Amino acid sequence: MTPQRKRAAESILPGAVALALATAYLIVLLRVENQNTILVLLGIGIAIVLLANWLGWLASVGHSFGEREDALGPLAIVAAIVVMGYFHEDHFVLLLLCTVLLYTVATLGLNLQFGYAGVLNFAGASFFGIGAYTAAVLNQHTAIPHLIVLLIGGLMAALIGCLLLLPVLRTRGHYAAVVTIAFALLLKTFLEVNDVLGGPQGLQVRSMNVLGWSFNNNIEIGSLQLSFYTSYFATSLLILIGAFAIVRRLERSWIGLNLDAIRLDETAASCFGLNIVRWKVTAFLLGNFMIGVAGTLQGMVIGFVQPNNYTFADSLIFVSILLLGGIGNPWGVVVATVIVVIVPEKLQAIQEYRFLLYAALVMMVLLFRPEGLLPRPVRSYFPGWRP
Amino acid sequence: MDLGLFAQYVMNGLMLGMMYALVAVGFTLFFGVLDIIKFSHGDVLTVGAFTALATFIGLRAAGFDSNILQLLAMLIAAIGAMAILGAVIARAFILPLRYAPALNTLLITLMLGTVLRELVRLLYPDGANPKPFPRLLPVNSISFGNFNLRLDNAIMLTVGVLVIVGLQLLLNRTKLGLAIRAVAQDEETAKTMGVNFNLIVLITFAIGSGLAAFAGVMNGLYYNEINFGIGLYLGVVGFSAAIVGGLGNIYGAILGGFLFAALQTIGAVSLPFASAYKDVFAFGIVIAIMAWRPTGLIPEKLSERV
Repeated sequence: MTPQRKRAAESILPGAVALALATAYLIVLLRVENQNTILVLLGIGIAIVLLANWLGWLASVGHSFGEREDALGPLAIVAAIVVMGYFHEDHFVLLLLCTVLLYTVATLGLNLQFGYAGVLNFAGASFFGIGAYTAAVLNQHTAIPHLIVLLIGGLMAALIGCLLLLPVLRTRGHYAAVVTIAFALLLKTFLEVNDVLGGPQGLQVRSMNVLGWSFNNNIEIGSLQLSFYTSYFATSLLILIGAFAIVRRLERSWIGLNLDAIRLDETAASCFGLNIVRWKVTAFLLGNFMIGVAGTLQGMVIGFVQPNNYTFADSLIFVSILLLGGIGNPWGVVVATVIVVIVPEKLQAIQEYRFLLYAALVMMVLLFRPEGLLPRPVRSYFPGWRP
Repeated sequence: MDLGLFAQYVMNGLMLGMMYALVAVGFTLFFGVLDIIKFSHGDVLTVGAFTALATFIGLRAAGFDSNILQLLAMLIAAIGAMAILGAVIARAFILPLRYAPALNTLLITLMLGTVLRELVRLLYPDGANPKPFPRLLPVNSISFGNFNLRLDNAIMLTVGVLVIVGLQLLLNRTKLGLAIRAVAQDEETAKTMGVNFNLIVLITFAIGSGLAAFAGVMNGLYYNEINFGIGLYLGVVGFSAAIVGGLGNIYGAILGGFLFAALQTIGAVSLPFASAYKDVFAFGIVIAIMAWRPTGLIPEKLSERV
């Protein structure tokens, strides 16, 4: 083994070990039902992370993910498939995992807007809902293939986002925030009073059906029986991989550089000839598209849509995920989504209090660790490349 | 249109406008002293309204049943508690982030608003559902044709005007007001002139939050119902009203509040579908106004210095 390859193998080790441990921990956490055991497990998890941080292991894990993403990315996919395989019969856990994956996709879209281009969007859940309602209407009334419905859902979210383009482009900071907050409230009240879209009761969404293969049937291969959610899980995973790749490629390209420049200093960026409007529009619409696609699939997974699923508080959950994970770091988004979605579902005592807890948690993060749990590392253009 | 009906609409619009103006003034005051937007302002209003309701229930349980005294106690409790809450918020969350990026202040106040809203929803008994708010003012009415002038509305409007006039006197005729205006104009100079900056900021936040509590009680008395979401609605509308009038300008905020109410009333009257879509329409106006005049009707004169 050449020294170079040896070093490469060494740098991959911390990341791979951390990934394996995290996967095992996740499986145990999802398996356990007893509330006290879950509390103890969560305590142990926090203690391990704090200890690892104190010993400097977390830094080497972060370094490893930065250096060898090419190898660790596929490993993460394998880890996700292992978790799916372990729970192949458990409807509830798979549904939860689907939610995690789709929320991650949506938050990656938000990351593009918020983390790179600096375009505020406090209506994430609204665009998510637009996707889901698109799925409800199109699956009910048309025979459009459902994979194309996913795309249309994303396009609808982007298209309705166009209505906000003018105010979002003309305003900054607080003003832009108010535009999106007003939109979130507007859309929710609109859905509630609109009878065509089901009013407060919402609509049923027909399940996904690809090439005659209905996603709502359990899969039987010989004696092996898989929950029907495995198909949704696989689709969500594919979408997540696509979204992650897009966000990463964009970040590493000149486009990501332009977006960063615009976020950090609009005036300077425009002095250097960057077209502010073009890049803000790109980031806003592409982000909404990703949120919309995730929402469309989420609508099909849970089977019904109602205005109460897409409130301003839910939009703030997306923002919380982004801030907890560390703005601009896609891996941080993945980790934070796992925490934010799974913990309240497992720990039923806090389910009702989740909006409160996450808002308070984000306030603590802003006061004491504004860069988030996993701060965004310096952009590496060629991960693993050494001169 | 019938004149009486017209007067009725004007009256409704004025009531709405008064509430919006009171909230907008808070936003403008905060923006004046610290150049920040406190997104939790609306939720302070909610907490104020619920404090008043809790005071009422407490008083009634204690066998206290004079309407006027009850109302007075409710107002004192709500305004006092919210003034303290406002100052605490400024001290604990806003002043520490003064030199952080503006985005962090925005996010922390947004999250703080969520915390307050959720606390009301979860901790107030059955707080997730709308709560009836007592009718404490006399409801006799004087009729002019189709126009019914309800005494309680007239009283609320008068008191609202008095509050605004009082605030205006406080800002323009007292030493405290002078200090607030000095800090708003130039923090450094105010400090060198011996103004206690932190104290003035806290007092300003207390005043603004007290006004929000007043608006919250008024909102409860007007609709005879409050829920945990009113603050979010009034906050967004009040903020847009403050922007329309130009942030930092008290008169602008008041004007913006009434203008906004006027637009909303006109919309509700002229568009046949608008009564069901009342709130949709209001938020639509917010977005449209932001697109049209992002920095208010009176645009900022300063260009950005680089």
